[in-house]
Amino acid sequence: MKFTKKLSAMISNNMYAELAKRNLKRQSVRTVLAAIGIIIGVIAISSMGILGNSLKLSVTDSFADIGDKLIVSPAPGEDYITDKQVDQIRKVSNIESIIPVSASGEVIEYKEGGTTYQSYVSVYDIKKEDLEKLVELEDGRFFKPGSTDCVVGYSVAENMELTLGQKIEIDDTKLRVVGILKERGMGFDISTDSGVFTSSEMYHKLYPDEDEGYNQVIVIVKDLNEIDAVSDEIDERINKKDELVTVFATNMITESLDSVFSSISLFLMGIGSISLLVAGVSILNVMLMSTMERTKEIGIMKAVGASRKDILKMFLLEALFLGIIASTAGAILTIGGSYLIMELLVKNASYLFTFSSMLYVAEGFFFGIATSLVGGMYPAWKASRMKPLDALRYE
Amino acid sequence: MQQSKSSPDIIKKKRRTSTAGSGKISKKAETSTYPIVQLQNVKRIYTLGENKIYALNGVSFAIKKGDFVTIMGSSGSGKSTLLNMIGCLDLPTSGKVKVNNVDLSKLDDDGLTEIRRNNIGFIFQQFNLIPTLTALENVEIPMIFNGESPVRRRKKALAMLKKADLPLEYADHKPNEMSGGQQQRVAIARALANNPPILLADEPTGNLDTRTGHNIMELLKELNAAGTTVIVVTHDPKLEEYAHTTIRIQDGEII
Repeated sequence: MKFTKKLSAMISNNMYAELAKRNLKRQSVRTVLAAIGIIIGVIAISSMGILGNSLKLSVTDSFADIGDKLIVSPAPGEDYITDKQVDQIRKVSNIESIIPVSASGEVIEYKEGGTTYQSYVSVYDIKKEDLEKLVELEDGRFFKPGSTDCVVGYSVAENMELTLGQKIEIDDTKLRVVGILKERGMGFDISTDSGVFTSSEMYHKLYPDEDEGYNQVIVIVKDLNEIDAVSDEIDERINKKDELVTVFATNMITESLDSVFSSISLFLMGIGSISLLVAGVSILNVMLMSTMERTKEIGIMKAVGASRKDILKMFLLEALFLGIIASTAGAILTIGGSYLIMELLVKNASYLFTFSSMLYVAEGFFFGIATSLVGGMYPAWKASRMKPLDALRYE
Repeated sequence: MQQSKSSPDIIKKKRRTSTAGSGKISKKAETSTYPIVQLQNVKRIYTLGENKIYALNGVSFAIKKGDFVTIMGSSGSGKSTLLNMIGCLDLPTSGKVKVNNVDLSKLDDDGLTEIRRNNIGFIFQQFNLIPTLTALENVEIPMIFNGESPVRRRKKALAMLKKADLPLEYADHKPNEMSGGQQQRVAIARALANNPPILLADEPTGNLDTRTGHNIMELLKELNAAGTTVIVVTHDPKLEEYAHTTIRIQDGEII
């Protein structure tokens, strides 16, 4: 409120600004129509940018394990990662931990009264201390080595309505649910949410044939900046002669996603900018008309001592004011509208209030002002170049 | 009024002018004896298709600082063209126009603006006030372009309105809320805003009734008495009585 008053006083003291303000007011309907063009343009650019950014954020959020991990899996034609290969990985420097993973796809059952629930899950053999590095418990505890305990993923528990202490069946072997994991989202390493984790002893009892090796090895690096070096070293050590393993760095995903979604955002903003272009043409039109109508006034101003620069300044200020007012309205409407849409449709507006989303609002705001200024440039130049005598004679 | 060498008999001199000047003029100009306005063989030719129209055809004269001059002639005689030349609104096709000893032909657009801003005040027949601005703000306009501070220009604008005999309760009125006479007073106050040494008036009483017209001319006379050079363009012979000097023009030539 104080700021508005201060700004208003500043404009009143600056006669150029005051003149610009009054001229905009003089043709209020035309000014409002021109402003609507800019408002639509700002909304289009900002909301398209926010849409692209929200898509990116929602996708990257669903990949929980993007970051400091390398996934070593058997190369095409190979079945397992062997213990020998794991030992070779251990020799690589800058590694925080190495987590060998064995997994099998399985249909599990759970009987409650007369109802039998079935679900397709991945059964994992991961050491308890390693599992703790990858997941978090929502409820209960981790399994004890050698026991028939199991920990189930969030989706498994939800779909089968499992609670702690209940028993699930895998091939007639009963496992007691002692822990339920927190939801983690999609992963490149393990599918936590649809997984069942049990002790190594129980796993090998369930799958006695699978003791030749591991399905994959998760490598957590000490320093994210060293991830490429670690990946190269593993590749060099194991794939000396033949291609035995494939090393996949999860941070590559971030780069790919960034590139894909930047293109999407740019494309969407490109569509939005068409409306801003239209708005720019409309401002050009409005201000050209205004210049024509005020030809005599320009002549008077020049006769009483206005220079070309003064006239240019006056007209550009008008365009600037129009741009600032319309772009501010556009930015406010974008934030308000996006908030309402996100709250109503996806019930989560958190992606809106991120720095990257707000950056698109700022981009829209500045593009709005720039469009207005560019649109006003030619009329302002034309007004400034008018010959005072011709302008004074204009009727 | 000084006759130029090239036109010895063309100007009717009524009486000697005062030489004092209180307008904005350079120190050099204050002490010099050169005329404040000087025209040497000025021609202004408009080309319409294949026809050439001689709006001014070899006009020469000089006006002394502090003079009150009427330029008289019928419609289309070239008197307004002459005023526009002196007011730096138009440039001659050939010949020389000097204002305050500055040759206008050597100036670019910004130079002409500066001369206009510092040396000339315009009074128009149609008043030509900015309709969106109040009387006070209209008077402030030339001072804005002259870089005066808001406080100073407001104070000065009020003083100018007072000088132009506009009751101060009209200071906040917009042009459409004032009579013709009041609007012309605002226009005079605006013309005086930057204390110019020269006032140029184009048919200043043309849109006013006789009594108001007389009052406006009396005001111009007072300003002239205070040292401002006043040049009035008119076709009304009654205005001649206010002037020290009259220049008669016909078909672009001084007669």
